[in-house]
Amino acid sequence: MKEKLQEITKKAMEQIDAAEEMSSLNDVRVAILGKKGELTAVLKSMKDVKPEDRPAVGQLVNETRAAIEEKLNEAKEKLEQAELERRLKTEVIDVTLPAKKARIGHLHPNTNVLEEVEDIFVGMGYEVVEGPEVEYDYYNFEALNIPANHPAKDEQDTFYINKDILLRTQTSPVQVRVMEKGKLPIRMIAPGRVFRSDEVDATHSPSFHQIEGMVIDKNITFADLKGTLEEFVKQLFGADTKVKFRPHHFPFTEPSAEMDVSCFKCGGKGCRFCKGEGWIEILGCGMVHPKVLRMSGIDPDEYQGFAFGLGLERITLLKYEIDDMRLLYENDDRFLKQF
Amino acid sequence: MKTSLKWIKDLVPGLEVSPQTFADAMTLSGSKVEYYDCMDADLDQIVVGQIKEIAPHPDADKLVICQVDVGSETIQIVTGAPNVFEGAKVPVVLDGGRVAGGHDGSKTEGGIKIKKGKLRGVESYGMMCSIEELGSNRDMFPEAPENGIYIFDESVTVGDNAVKVLGLDDAVVEYEITSNRVDCFAVLGLAREAAATFQKEFVPPVVTETGNDEDVNQYIKVRVDAKDLCRRYTARVVKNIKIAPSPKWMQERLRAQGIRPINNIVDITNYVMEEYGQPMHAYDLDTIEDHQIVVRRANPGETFVTLDGQERRVDESVLMICDGKKAVGIAGIMGGENSMITDNVTTMLFEAACFDGTNIRLSSKKVGLRTDASGKFEKGLDPNNAIEAMNRACQLVEELGAGEVVGGVVDIYDEPMEGRRLPFEPDKYNHMLGTSIPAEDMLTYFRRLDLGYDEVSNEVLIPSWRQDLESYADLAEEVARFYGYDKIPTSLPSGEATTGRLSDKLKIEKIVRNVAQFCGFSQGMTYSFESPKVFDKLLLDADDPLRQTVVISNPLGEDFSIMRTLPLDGMLTSLATNANRRNKDVRLFEMGNIYLPKQLPLTELPEERMQLTLGMYGDGDFFTMKGVVEEIASQLGMNDKLHYDPQAGKNFLHPGRQANIVYAGKVIGYLGEVHPMVCANYDIKERVYIAVLDMPYLVEMASFDKKYEGIARFPAATRDISMVVPRGILVGDIEAVFDQKGGAYLESYELFDLYEGNQIVKGFKSVAYSLTFRAKDKNLEEEDIKGAMNRILKALDGMGIELRK
Repeated sequence: MKEKLQEITKKAMEQIDAAEEMSSLNDVRVAILGKKGELTAVLKSMKDVKPEDRPAVGQLVNETRAAIEEKLNEAKEKLEQAELERRLKTEVIDVTLPAKKARIGHLHPNTNVLEEVEDIFVGMGYEVVEGPEVEYDYYNFEALNIPANHPAKDEQDTFYINKDILLRTQTSPVQVRVMEKGKLPIRMIAPGRVFRSDEVDATHSPSFHQIEGMVIDKNITFADLKGTLEEFVKQLFGADTKVKFRPHHFPFTEPSAEMDVSCFKCGGKGCRFCKGEGWIEILGCGMVHPKVLRMSGIDPDEYQGFAFGLGLERITLLKYEIDDMRLLYENDDRFLKQF
Repeated sequence: MKTSLKWIKDLVPGLEVSPQTFADAMTLSGSKVEYYDCMDADLDQIVVGQIKEIAPHPDADKLVICQVDVGSETIQIVTGAPNVFEGAKVPVVLDGGRVAGGHDGSKTEGGIKIKKGKLRGVESYGMMCSIEELGSNRDMFPEAPENGIYIFDESVTVGDNAVKVLGLDDAVVEYEITSNRVDCFAVLGLAREAAATFQKEFVPPVVTETGNDEDVNQYIKVRVDAKDLCRRYTARVVKNIKIAPSPKWMQERLRAQGIRPINNIVDITNYVMEEYGQPMHAYDLDTIEDHQIVVRRANPGETFVTLDGQERRVDESVLMICDGKKAVGIAGIMGGENSMITDNVTTMLFEAACFDGTNIRLSSKKVGLRTDASGKFEKGLDPNNAIEAMNRACQLVEELGAGEVVGGVVDIYDEPMEGRRLPFEPDKYNHMLGTSIPAEDMLTYFRRLDLGYDEVSNEVLIPSWRQDLESYADLAEEVARFYGYDKIPTSLPSGEATTGRLSDKLKIEKIVRNVAQFCGFSQGMTYSFESPKVFDKLLLDADDPLRQTVVISNPLGEDFSIMRTLPLDGMLTSLATNANRRNKDVRLFEMGNIYLPKQLPLTELPEERMQLTLGMYGDGDFFTMKGVVEEIASQLGMNDKLHYDPQAGKNFLHPGRQANIVYAGKVIGYLGEVHPMVCANYDIKERVYIAVLDMPYLVEMASFDKKYEGIARFPAATRDISMVVPRGILVGDIEAVFDQKGGAYLESYELFDLYEGNQIVKGFKSVAYSLTFRAKDKNLEEEDIKGAMNRILKALDGMGIELRK
C-alpha cells in the first residue's frame, strides 16, 4: 500500500511538473484526485485494510493527497502568473496615440473673470445682486446726483428709449435700488451689461459690462475703501500688486478716487501694457455722496459707505492680453477655445 | 486743459521742480496730468550766432560758407539755406549738439545729433537751424521764413542759449480736469492748485485801474432781456486801436498753450481766456447800431452768419447778442461776421459775460458749432470772474499800447453770486476718511486753497469759484487731497458680519452654463440690440407679437435700433461667422436677456427674461440637442418627464423638426432644426440646431431637495414588446400609455428598435420597447406583471397598434 501511494505521488509530481497549461493540470487532478482517480481508488480499497492498520494508512493517504494538492496549487499559481505576464505583454499600447477627448466647451473670458471677481467678494461677505438693463432715467442719473442737463449725461452718450427710460449707462443704478429696499447694512456687488453709444472699434463697444460694488454701514470710512480694494486686487492680480489712489470726481461719490494698480505684466517697471507708466487704471470709487444716501432714504448722519465700479472687459482684455475688444462679441470658436 | 509749466512757475515763484515731479505731485493732489511734453527735450547746445561773412562754396552752387560768431568763437558753417545774409542772428547748433528733426517738420525720436564734418570738401562745425529743426513750426512762429533759417530780431545777444531766447525751454503739461473743477480750466486755477500742492505762495497778477476820463455809457447801452440765460454781462470800450504783434512774452505763453499768436487784440482775448478761464469777445463798435447791445433769445427760424462765414439756423432756445437792429453774435459760441474785428478797426467793444452753461451746451449742439468759448461756458462759469477778466484784458491793452481804454464798465449783474459758508466739522471729515488729522492742519490746507475761515462762527468761507464745494463730504475730499490719499490708512470694514452669496437665479444660471459647457458648448456674447430686419430674416409673421419691441430713440444705426425679443439673431450670426471661417463642428451657447414690452409706447420698464440659447452645426443632430436640454433639466433637479410638443409653430424652424419643451404643463422653451430658408438668410450652408430655454421658468422649477431612495435589492423583470404602429403615432404617445398604465412596478422602459421599410406595411412602423418592472419589497411574480401588461396592450390596441407576430 505504501509503495502504491509513493508511486502515485511520484507520478503525480512528474505530471504536474510537466504540465504547461491549466488543462493538463486539470487532467492530473482528475486522474489522481477525481472520483475515478487513482488515489480515490486507494481510498476505496481501505475496506480491505485491517481495521487496526486503517488509521495509519488513512493518515498516509491524506498526507499524499495534501502533498499533491499543494503541488497542484503551486503549479496553478505559477501558470496563472505566466499567463498574466503573457497577456500584459501582448496588450502593450502606444501611449502617445491621440487622446479620445470628452467634448467640453469653454466659458467666455468675461465669465471667467467675472466668476473670479464674484468669488473674491462673496468670500468677503458681499451679496451678488442684479438690476434691470433697461432702466429709468431716475435710477441711472437723478438718484445718483446727476440732475437733468448735467454734462455727465452727455459725457456718457446715453441710448434713450424715451425721456424717462433708457439703456443703463452704468451698473450704479443697482446701488440705488438696493439702498431703497432699506435693508442695512449693505455689502453688495452688481455685475451686468451696460450701454453707451460708442461706435464699435478695437477699444470701444456700445455694449459692455461693469461690476459695481457698495458697502453701507455705520462706520464705513475711506480707509475701509482703500483696504477693501487693495485686498481685492491682491487676490485678483497677485499678492505683490501695489495700488495707488488718485483724487477724481464722480457725481455720486465724495470724496472720489481712481485706483491704479502696479502693472501686472511688468510689475511696475513699464511695458507696452501700461504704456510705459508702470501703473494701470483699474476702477473708480469713492464714499457714497450724502445726497445719494438721502435720496435713497438713508440718513447720512447715521450711515456712510463706499462704492466702486470697474469695467469687466477692461480687466478681461488686460488679463488675457486680448488686443481687440471686437473679438469678445464675435464668438469665433477658435477664440473662445483659448479660455 | 494744457498749461505751460513756466507760466505756472511764474505764478508760483517758489516752485522749482522738474516736470516729472510736478506731474506726479499734481496727479496725486487731484489735477491728473495726462502727459507732459518738454519742448526742448531733443534740443542741445543751440546758441544765438551772428553771420559775419558769407563766401561761395568752391564746388557747389547751392551751398555757401559762413563764418558765424557764436559768442565764444567764430566757427565755419556750410549751409544750403537761401535766406542767410551777413549780420543775421540765427540759431546755431554746435558740434555734438542735437536738434529735434528735419527742416521738413519731421521729428526724430531722441533728436538728431549734429557733428562737424565736410560738405563737398569744406569743413562745417555746426548747423544753422530752421524753426522746424527746433521742433516747432511756422504756425507758432509766423515770422519764421518758409524753407530757411530762423532769423532773430536784432535785439538778441550773440552767444545766448537760443532755446531760451525762443521760449522753448518750457514743458507743456496736459491735465485731465474733472467737470466739477471749472476753476481749473484756467492757468490761474491750476497755479493755485500747484501752490497748494507744493506748499508755496501763489502770486496772481495784480489788476490795476484802467481807463481814460470818458464814460463808457456814452458809447454803449446794454439791455439783458433773457436774464435767465445771462447772469452777468460786462462790457468796456477801447478806442484808437493800434493793431500790432503782441510782445514776445505773451506769444511764448500762448504758443506753449498751443495757441497761435495773431495780433495784440486777438492775443489779449486768448491770453485772458487761458489765464482766467473766461471767454471774451471783441466787436467792432462801429458796426454796432444804435449804440446798443441787447441780449435776447433768437427769433423762431432766424438765421445768422457767424464770423467763419457759415450761415447758422437758430431757434428761440438760442441766446443771441444783438445791437439795436440785428444780431451780432451767438452768445457764448461765436460772434458774427457783421461785427468782427478787422485790421481796420478803430473802436471796439469788449464783452465778458456769464451765460447759462446748460443752455450754451444745448445751443452749441443745436447749432452744430463747438468753440473754445462754448467749451468753457458750458461748464458753468463763476460770474464774479467775468469782471476780473475784463479788467485784466483792459490792463493788458494799456500795457501793450494796443489802444485807449474808455473809463467805466457796463455791468449788468442783478443777482450777485455770494460765496458759500459751510460749518467747519473736522471730526466729521476724520470719521469719513478713517483718519485723525488735526483740525489746524485742515485749516492750513484750506488756506492754501484760498478757502477762508470765520473763527467766530466756525465756518469755512467758500469763494465763488469753488461752486463744487457744497457739503462736508466735499470739504473732506479737500482735506484728503492735501493730507494725501496715499497717507490715509487701510482697513477692512468692521461691523455686523454679512453672508456673501449669489442669488438663486445667478446660482442656477451658473449651473446651466456649466452643463452647457460640459456638453461641449462654448459661451458666446452678443448685443442686446439688433435690426428690426431680423424678424423678416427669421420668417416671423407680420402680426407676430415678437415684433412689438422696445425701440432706441437714438441708436447707432438701424442695425442696433431695437431691443431683441428673441435671442436667435445673435446666435445665428455667430454661427454664420464661424461657418464662413470654416470652423468645423461648432457649438455655442449664450445666456442673455430678451426685452418684452408690457405695453407700447413704453410707460414702464419692459420685462427682461434671461434666455439660454444653444446653437450648433456639424457633428450632432436634433436628438443631440434634445440630450443637452434633458441633461440641463436633470442637473437642475427637474425630475419629472420633459414633454415635446411638435406643434411649436415656430416659422424659423424646420416644420417637421421642431418642438416646444414642456415641463409640468408649462412651455419652458423650444428646440429644432433651423429652417433652411432662415439658414440661407444667414448664409449658413450647414444644418443648424438650436434650443432656447426660458431661464425664469427653470429658476422656478429647479429643485435641489434630494432624498436617498435606497438601492433596489430585488431583481427586475423585463418584458419586451414589439409593435406595428401607424406612422402618425409618436413614440411619445406610446410612452404616455406606459406611464399611465404601467402600474406601480413599472420602473423604466427603453426603445430598442425602430424600423420602417420593406418588411413593414406601408404607413406603419415597427417599434420595440423593453419594459423593466421591479418591486422594492419582493421578487416579482408573473401574476404581478400580468395585470399591467394587459392594461398596456389593451390601450395600445385601442390606438390601432398591433403586436408583431
